[in-house]
Amino acid sequence: MFGRDEKVSAIRLTTAQYMILGIFLVLAYGLWKLQVMESGYYATAAEKNRIRNVPILAPRGKILDREGRIIVDNYPSFSALLLRDSSRDLNADADLIAQGLHLDPEEVRTRIRHFAAMPQYQPIFLKEDITQDEQAFIEAHHNELPELDTIRADRRLYPRNGFMAHLIGYVGEVTEDMLNQPQFELYNPGDVVGVSGVERQYNNALMGKNGARREVVNSHGREVGVLGETDAIPGKQLKLTVDIDLQIAAEEALEGKNGAIIAMDPRTGEILAMVSRPTFDPNDFAVKVSRDEWNKLVTDPDKPLLNKAIQAQLAPGSTFKIIMSVAGWQENIAQTLHVNCTGGAEFYGRRFGCWVKGGHGAVDLEKAIYQSCDVFFYTLAEKLGIDRIAKYSTMLGLGQKTGIDLPNEVSGVMPSEEWKIKNFKQKWFAGETISVGIGQGAVALTPVQLMRAIAAISMGGKMVVPHVVDPQELPAGYVETSHVTETTNVPIDPNGWTFITDAMSRVLLPEGTAPSAHVPGIDIAGKTGSAQIVSLATRARFKNSEDLAQNGWFVGFTPRRNPDIVICVLFEGGEHGRLAARLATQVLKAYVDKQRRLPNKMVEKSKSGGTVDMGALWTAPESDKLEAGRFSLTLPKRPLALATAAPGIQ
Amino acid sequence: MSRYVSFRDFDWLLLVFVLMICGLGVMEIHSATEHTKFAGSHVKQIYWVLAGVGMMFLISLVNYQILLDRIHWFYIAAIASLMAVLVFGTKALGAKRWIKMPGGNHFQPSEWVKLILILAVAKYFADMRQHELSWSDFMKAGAIVCIPMLLVLKQPDLGTALTYLPIAAMGMFLGGLQWKQGLAIALLAVAGIGVAFYVPQVHILKGYQKQRLTSYQDPDSDPQGSGYQVKQSMIAVGSGGLWGGKGSQTHGAFLPIPQTDFIFAAFSEEHGFVGALGVLLLYFVVLMRLTQNAQTAPDRAGTFVVMGVVAVLSFHILVNVGMVVGFMPVTGIPLPLMSYGGSSVLFMFLALGMVMNIRMRRFVN
Repeated sequence: MFGRDEKVSAIRLTTAQYMILGIFLVLAYGLWKLQVMESGYYATAAEKNRIRNVPILAPRGKILDREGRIIVDNYPSFSALLLRDSSRDLNADADLIAQGLHLDPEEVRTRIRHFAAMPQYQPIFLKEDITQDEQAFIEAHHNELPELDTIRADRRLYPRNGFMAHLIGYVGEVTEDMLNQPQFELYNPGDVVGVSGVERQYNNALMGKNGARREVVNSHGREVGVLGETDAIPGKQLKLTVDIDLQIAAEEALEGKNGAIIAMDPRTGEILAMVSRPTFDPNDFAVKVSRDEWNKLVTDPDKPLLNKAIQAQLAPGSTFKIIMSVAGWQENIAQTLHVNCTGGAEFYGRRFGCWVKGGHGAVDLEKAIYQSCDVFFYTLAEKLGIDRIAKYSTMLGLGQKTGIDLPNEVSGVMPSEEWKIKNFKQKWFAGETISVGIGQGAVALTPVQLMRAIAAISMGGKMVVPHVVDPQELPAGYVETSHVTETTNVPIDPNGWTFITDAMSRVLLPEGTAPSAHVPGIDIAGKTGSAQIVSLATRARFKNSEDLAQNGWFVGFTPRRNPDIVICVLFEGGEHGRLAARLATQVLKAYVDKQRRLPNKMVEKSKSGGTVDMGALWTAPESDKLEAGRFSLTLPKRPLALATAAPGIQ
Repeated sequence: MSRYVSFRDFDWLLLVFVLMICGLGVMEIHSATEHTKFAGSHVKQIYWVLAGVGMMFLISLVNYQILLDRIHWFYIAAIASLMAVLVFGTKALGAKRWIKMPGGNHFQPSEWVKLILILAVAKYFADMRQHELSWSDFMKAGAIVCIPMLLVLKQPDLGTALTYLPIAAMGMFLGGLQWKQGLAIALLAVAGIGVAFYVPQVHILKGYQKQRLTSYQDPDSDPQGSGYQVKQSMIAVGSGGLWGGKGSQTHGAFLPIPQTDFIFAAFSEEHGFVGALGVLLLYFVVLMRLTQNAQTAPDRAGTFVVMGVVAVLSFHILVNVGMVVGFMPVTGIPLPLMSYGGSSVLFMFLALGMVMNIRMRRFVN
């Protein structure tokens, strides 16, 4: 081998040298391009790298009642998070971290694993709303566990035990789904926004504008210095039309029951109280709702997340007879109609029973109202026909959304011939009209709708839009999108509404359907209703199961003339309207008691409770005359603000 | 014949340039790892360099002809060790690249295989008589390199596997590659890349490898993955400007592993265009000096061995610096002589030892 002197081609070796030169020229060009031609751009990029914008979270506005008492507040809370410093073995520290934060070490490891694929700059949130001793643990272990850090966030503090939960709603992190909707387009992922109720409806007012802090950081996101800060603009506080005192009374009335209560000022449409049962605790959502808890809420057959005041669509039962009476009066039929109730009557070849098996005997409109005679209204319905019933019902806002300033209101159903053809491609059968006459059959209303119709009747035809926030109380610059100040006039013959409301005031008298709900000294006009949710025959088949019990309804207002409060009670499974009436009068009594204590009506005022001497004006039910008198009243101690406790706060 | 061999013929000039590069590397390793958990790496690197220089002298004493004569045994041993890695290897970061040695050290055979391949290819082409490469020689030379390459690819270690390619390419080129064969290689490469990337049934490349190879073209598509590394590297280099800067990318840990694969980015950030060009120039001088040694080699085999070293070194520089300036994907190939790491340093000095070996015997004939 040594003898072989044949050399490798010199040309090829030289070519190889030139190729190497070529490679170096390309690399030198690369350096020239980055370091000389574009160095300014990269210098800026390097600067940007070091500067991180950390949001300073703006607290949401408080929610107050009509008298400025705090219903929803914020409380400062801290979350524990892990900065993923690559020089630390997070898994090795997991045991200590888990111990200090009272977490399961396996859970911590799972979280670390779960975040392994996520970008480095994203911290791992370990625990939200940590307690003081957990915070102390993090402080004390700054050197051993440099990756463990805290961040401050104001959290919502809602009243306890689901008080007012449906009306207020709750907040949550904005979902991807929401970000796609036009009204949320200005929000960023991670923003906390209202998800339901007032929190959602007035989110733009309640939500502040986050500030930012310009921090100098290293690639692990650890802060090395601060360059500047823009302050957060806190959200505006929102005053509701709700009166906490009345809300408490309504919540107490419905405690342990299913259903809804709404009270409204019929002159303005201001909602004074709104309760739906069963309820949920929004504080559970303010931190993070666990999957189990959420599933429980969503699958509960009683639908605790549903605001029944605006989302339940049910047969109104006998309360519908008031609407029937107005329709009948306007058509000049009801005032002259006389029937003989024998406990039932036959229409279109089918027998329709009256709820009083023995019959009411001779019945006119007045007796038909306070005795709730079914046969009278069967007859009236037959004479009116479905389209005339639908006409007046629609005028009174039934089967439509009321326009209340709360999200996800439903419209209910007010049947008509046209409705049946449109939805079922079927002709309306005259026999169906008979059931509608007593608020059964196809008719399905929401409590708020029914209350609004009754309010309009009580006001002689002036119909308002119910609302929970007075537009004038909205923060400056807030653009209101609803039309809650609009009123419409429903033509109702003054003699008609006097007659009908007078008849309604006898409902709570001994001759009426709910004498047990009578409250001395308060002039309440109302109407009870008991609505079947299935036919009586079906119910008998299920051995009178509780689940199929009738819904108790009550609509009413006080005083009978120039009312200042109207109420609607839905007592699901309440079996009889008079039980609903008792709940209603409980709330109305609380309202009237409070009115009579107001400073301008008070002779003597006591802050810490005790007895006061006072005077009042009222209309006597029998004489229609204004009467005046004096009496003494025992005052409770001033109620405390409700927002006093939440998880993590002693 | 040993009387002809003397250290007077040792390429001291080459060693000086090589040690200058190593010195700059140690300096940058010190700067980049200061205040991190890798602090003190530069001292270890000095030890590696010293060990490398020692091994270089040792290997220069063994006549390379003897090594070449026994190269088939070395080659078989190399293949066996790569198979052993696949069977007994230690799994780290999802790849089996190391064999655990008694005493706690880890041995990465794929580095040493590179050296054996240089010798094997040199031997093959040196024994070839004709001026033009025949198709059968072309296939055989290809197979010599492809077998170990596939084994390394299986570990998987794409970066090291790719460094075997320039050995074959250089050997074939100097051995009389015809333009038709060059075209065939080019077509094969295009087809291979196409199949590896676009035929989902072929699992030559893992998903992360594909991503790593493509994301350099559009760093913003994956700002935190390998595209992130390229982006941070480009920011580091670019922000260095003409004269260099504070090095916030390196010291703020934005630059990934600044002491190994991205050492050139760290150096460029701190010493600017002037410094970076200086380093490139040093490498260029080293490569030119090596090719000169190839030309003066006593025989064909010597030329092929030295040019094999030139090919590997050039390829490393091209891929590493190319990656740092954003021209090339992230493949995990270190910059020889500068990057921190024992395997890489020792390989380089062993290769240089072979070059010295050949140079010292240039007058032997």
